[in-house]
Amino acid sequence: MLSIHDLKAKVDGKNILKGLNLEIKAGEVHAIMGPNGAGKSTLSNVLAGRDVFESIEGKVTFQGKNLLDLEPEARAREGVFLAFQYPVEIPGVGNLYFLRAAVNSVRRSRGQSELDAMDFLTLAKQKMRDLQMDQKFQERSVNEGFSGGEKKRNEIFQMAMLEPKLCVLDETDSGLDIDALRVVADGVNRLRSSERSFLLITHYQRLLDYIVPDYVHVLADGKIVKSGGKELALELEKKGYQWVGQKETNG
Amino acid sequence: MSTPNQAIKDIAAKDYQYGFVTDIEAETVAPGINEDIIRLISSKKNEPQFMLDWRLKAFQVWQKMKEPNWANVHYPKINYQDIIYYSAPKSMKPGEGPKNLDEIDPELRKMFDKLGISLNEQKRLSGIAVDAVVDSVSVATTFKSKLKEIGVIFCSFSEAVLEYPELIQKYLGSVVPVADNYFSALNSAAFTDGSFCFIPKGVKCPMELSTYFRINASGTGQFERTLIVAEEDSYVSYLEGCTAPRRDENQLHAAVVEIVALDRAQVKYATVQNWYPGDKDGKGGIYNFVTKRGRCKGVSSKISWTQVETGSAITWKYPSVMLEGDNSVGEFYSIALTNHFQQADTGTKMVHIGKNTKSTIISKGISAGRGQNTYRGLVAIQKSAEGARNYSQCDSLLLGDKCGAHTFPYLQVKNESAQVEHEASTSKISEDQIFYCKQRGISEEDAVSMIVNGFCKDVLKKLPMEFAVEAQKLLGVSLEGSVG
Repeated sequence: MLSIHDLKAKVDGKNILKGLNLEIKAGEVHAIMGPNGAGKSTLSNVLAGRDVFESIEGKVTFQGKNLLDLEPEARAREGVFLAFQYPVEIPGVGNLYFLRAAVNSVRRSRGQSELDAMDFLTLAKQKMRDLQMDQKFQERSVNEGFSGGEKKRNEIFQMAMLEPKLCVLDETDSGLDIDALRVVADGVNRLRSSERSFLLITHYQRLLDYIVPDYVHVLADGKIVKSGGKELALELEKKGYQWVGQKETNG
Repeated sequence: MSTPNQAIKDIAAKDYQYGFVTDIEAETVAPGINEDIIRLISSKKNEPQFMLDWRLKAFQVWQKMKEPNWANVHYPKINYQDIIYYSAPKSMKPGEGPKNLDEIDPELRKMFDKLGISLNEQKRLSGIAVDAVVDSVSVATTFKSKLKEIGVIFCSFSEAVLEYPELIQKYLGSVVPVADNYFSALNSAAFTDGSFCFIPKGVKCPMELSTYFRINASGTGQFERTLIVAEEDSYVSYLEGCTAPRRDENQLHAAVVEIVALDRAQVKYATVQNWYPGDKDGKGGIYNFVTKRGRCKGVSSKISWTQVETGSAITWKYPSVMLEGDNSVGEFYSIALTNHFQQADTGTKMVHIGKNTKSTIISKGISAGRGQNTYRGLVAIQKSAEGARNYSQCDSLLLGDKCGAHTFPYLQVKNESAQVEHEASTSKISEDQIFYCKQRGISEEDAVSMIVNGFCKDVLKKLPMEFAVEAQKLLGVSLEGSVG
């Protein structure tokens, strides 16, 4: 589904990604862990198409298409979803109004008919119940006045409504208490399917207790330095990122 | 990959869609203003002597006045002798005009169909009565007789002068005196038509009343006059719309609107102003120099102004309320959008005179391209206004870095019991917001339009439903081609 080959990215004269390789097949859940400043968020921004990079090199293929050639909205319509680490507020724009515009623009691009207000609302209410989201989310503006946990839940809600093929979760666990984490993880697990892949970007192992990955990768200094199964996360937790770094230099 | 600013720039430059000219034979007088022209206008309308005297007096006053220059707008000097002060479709010749709606010149009817305004009563489902004004004359007023049955007078101003001279004499100039300002004096001397609306005691007007102003002829100015009188315990909601053809010349529109509200009367006045704004290089467009004012004469009366200003090269306009009656309420809700080289200096005056009077001001200014947007507002609490309250909120939104937003709130408080609150903010559409929308599959164009509409939501919800939808579309279209 997603194939990243020798990806390099530069911001403000600084090389952040320095030749990253990653292969994600349909239905797989990959976790990327790493210390601060390793390039974790950069990777999610490159995949989503944020326009802040001086240069991007390498190749990213998503379902046979060259992802880097596409505008951000086109990537979204192809099925790439980014759950933001810091979701922005859009004052005055109703949360559901916004989401319906998004869902319908994605549906249009897939040749599906648009959802009318009633169908949309029925679907939205169902998904909101699944995520234990308060009705007040309906009336409020996009992320405005939401707590940190509510914002993250809203991201997962949007993900559930947009039904993407590749979900990139950028530090979705940060700022969540244990109850909220469980709800968010449940939401994600419910979306797992043989056709949908996940890329979980996280600093802590904690999230992976709830969303169990098929593969864990360690990102350090712009490269994947170690890959393994879910047990790698536990090992990292025990020994710290220092351990990987040392192995890299020694080996 | 494009940056948001670039894409705002690239958004398909959809043209001003009301820029067409209708080919109608017009009767037009020579340019310039003098006593002869004023006499000519008055005689064309078969006006009684009092009206002519009023005009001539106004002309004398105007000649002694100077054009104001305190507004934050810049334009080349206007030569008032170059303007044509009277132009009317030939089919509307006084005394020979259509006797009823069926006899209207088909070309005029087509013009309004094209503007989306039906002059056909049967076709109207929405319950809005329309007075249609083209250049210097009203060409049709719908539902006139139906409204008359419940005592509501809704007709062209010219007709009102002939049919209801006592009401005109009583109220004309009672809110905006002739000498109020340069443009009101000019209007008083040279006004040609407009709407008159009278809601008698205790009547809640069952339909929305509206006036649609269209400038069609070249070289003309439009000077219209609207007068609304709401007697005790009455209610009316009034809508106003305006468009003009696309031309390289600047045309002057200097209107006066007066509203009188007696005890417990409520008047809502909404404007969607979409005069031709000029092209993307700032060529052409309407100079919209308008005086709008309401007098809450009665106790517990209420006047509410809502305006969506997206058109005109220059807008100079301050719909105001004189709060004379105790417990009276004044409201001003405004959206002003300037794109390309448009300039707007707009706001309101709330003058608190009666006890426990209350006013609310919500102003949303959006600047794009090289547009300049100024909010100018006065809240005056007079000594007599015990317990007066005002709340003002002025927000500005900037798109790009070549436009400007300016806020000039003036406060005069002469009574210590008054409560006055003012909030102001200036923000920019952030790249983060746009990226967030795009990541959800929403195009940049739709994202900008959505964010701007969200910014204006507090005001949009004050508009009647149909108008709100229209206004939302208009905001989107007006932003197209805005530069970063």
